[in-house]
Amino acid sequence: MEDVASLSFLAATIAASWRLAAPLIFASIGEVFSERAGVLNIGLEGVMLAGAFAGFAAAFTSGSILLGVAAAITAGVLVGLLFAFFTITIKADQIVVGAAINLLGLGLTAFLFRAYFSSAGKGIEIAKPVDLPWLSDLPFFGEAFFRQNAFVYSTLPVAALAVFVLYRTSFGLTLRAVGEHPKAVDVSGRSVALYRYGAVLICSALAALGGAFLTLAHSNQFVEGISSGRGFIALAVVVFARWSPIGAFIVSLLFGVFYALQLQLQAQPVLFLPYQLFQALPYVMTIAALILVRNRVDTPSMLGVAYKKS
Amino acid sequence: MANSESGQPLAVVPQVYGALWRGLLGPLRTIIQPAAAVIVALACGAGLLAFNGYEARAVIDVMVLGVFQDTRSIAEILLKATPLILIGVGLCVAFRCSIWNIGAEGQFYAGAIAATAVGVSFDGLTAWIYVPLVMLAGALAGAAWAAIAGLLKVYFRASEIVTTIMLNYIAIIMTSYLVTGPLRDAPAAYPQSARLVQEAWMPRILPPTRLHIGILVALALAVVMYVFLFRSTRGYALRVVGISPDAARYAGISVPRNIMLSICLSGSMAGLAGAFEIAGVTRRLFQSISPGYGFEGIAVALLANNNPIGAVFSGLLFAILRSGSELMQITAQVPQVLVLVIQGIVILSVVGFAVLRIPSMRPSE
Repeated sequence: MEDVASLSFLAATIAASWRLAAPLIFASIGEVFSERAGVLNIGLEGVMLAGAFAGFAAAFTSGSILLGVAAAITAGVLVGLLFAFFTITIKADQIVVGAAINLLGLGLTAFLFRAYFSSAGKGIEIAKPVDLPWLSDLPFFGEAFFRQNAFVYSTLPVAALAVFVLYRTSFGLTLRAVGEHPKAVDVSGRSVALYRYGAVLICSALAALGGAFLTLAHSNQFVEGISSGRGFIALAVVVFARWSPIGAFIVSLLFGVFYALQLQLQAQPVLFLPYQLFQALPYVMTIAALILVRNRVDTPSMLGVAYKKS
Repeated sequence: MANSESGQPLAVVPQVYGALWRGLLGPLRTIIQPAAAVIVALACGAGLLAFNGYEARAVIDVMVLGVFQDTRSIAEILLKATPLILIGVGLCVAFRCSIWNIGAEGQFYAGAIAATAVGVSFDGLTAWIYVPLVMLAGALAGAAWAAIAGLLKVYFRASEIVTTIMLNYIAIIMTSYLVTGPLRDAPAAYPQSARLVQEAWMPRILPPTRLHIGILVALALAVVMYVFLFRSTRGYALRVVGISPDAARYAGISVPRNIMLSICLSGSMAGLAGAFEIAGVTRRLFQSISPGYGFEGIAVALLANNNPIGAVFSGLLFAILRSGSELMQITAQVPQVLVLVIQGIVILSVVGFAVLRIPSMRPSE
């Protein structure tokens, strides 16, 4: 009997891991694009919040999750444009602008939420799990892998598309060159700024999608600061993944396990440990991940450096 | 960034004019740019209010009139300015070394925890010993919490941006554990620590208001940090590391040592701010003891162009904004989080205006 219980615990944990990894997968793959092009976007947290709020607001008023997703991506692109304008066009310090974006994202979403939705007690109808015919009925794995919502499934094509774009298209090649040797790109007659804009916009659209997951598929409400550090954890995920989209996918899954364990263990009163210990797990593991990656040879060499034409 | 003095022997006359320009406009510009940034941010804030159906005029009237109403309201501003100035001044030191310490919030919590632990523990100490002891505990705890991120950067090249933010969450969760567990005041319904022993309370300097000696310490430390950064060899070395680690290495300046120094100094200031908040204002530890002072300190330092003296003024300004926004919330139901928006726009405006340089003021190249 105990085996069955622990087996179902395992299945539930695996299912939850993938689900809870989804926002990190979107955000970290986005950040891979941005950092590969040499732009360190620490404003991910703010972008995720913008996506979470815009998604919630649109879905709440229209009743359509699809519209929510569209609104989230639009909001992400707008915030991304702001970030790109200051870091690429004005060449301001990427960290300073990122910090400002985080403050703006936190403040603006909280302000608008309190102004318009604070009295709206009920939440929205979140994305339902989609059963895949036949596969969902498989014992054990069926539920973990084939009874997820559309957001979670879409992490797979997004990761595959990211790999294809980055490594199999000339856009991706140029984008990576912009992060390693922008001068070469410039000399070959292509605009460094344009590629960096492209990378930042892809990054913020994906991060906003990750934020939208939180309100459209996870919790049915917007809460101030709902991303609770996921944007920053995604930054560490990218380092640990050595700037590879597949790596970002896998490392995000690992963090998904920490989030899932946190939830599962908090619900187990038998353990004589304070629940805060599990709450801190993803954050402690983020630091641990950074300690484990001492070798940084894969870092894009122009990361964080504004390109100035000489 | 420090203006390099032009040493090239060019024509004498333009140099004299240049010096004159710099002499007159330089100080003016250091004020004009942040002032313009603040005006832009406030205008955006007012626009946001109007756009969302609030009566911006009425709200601003409430803010301006209410904030400077009487001694008490001014004391409350100074009370809020104390942690902002302390944290902002500390971050000036870190940012001048190009150490992006985003963890002042966590260091504030660490200081608050240590101050509480010390402040509830001893009996029979005189205030002359107890008050400095509480301050020391807070500063040391803040420095130690920041040192974790410093060591991780020095030994593992872990980005301090990520580690300090993670340490924020960990410190906040730790506080939640402590006030619901080991430090919990048993009879209280709400999770909070016991009250500090009276001898550990910060002496008040303007009774009957709550204003305490923290503001004086903050002002003194701003001057000390200014002198350290801009008038001492060690401070110079720290700034060289911030501008170019390679140049520093070449000049025989230890980069790791300056990283540790700058992050620990900024951490100790944030920790001290936490100790003041506990021993001067709340006298107990709560779960959310900081209303985001640690993050606001970033805007304070950046608006001051990472100058500790400037941070005094930007700290005061943000304290006024914070008091005003509290009034707005009470009297006009305007969400107080508007302050965060204004902070974000202030930072963007500061970096935006930094691009617009008056050409004749550039040192001749």
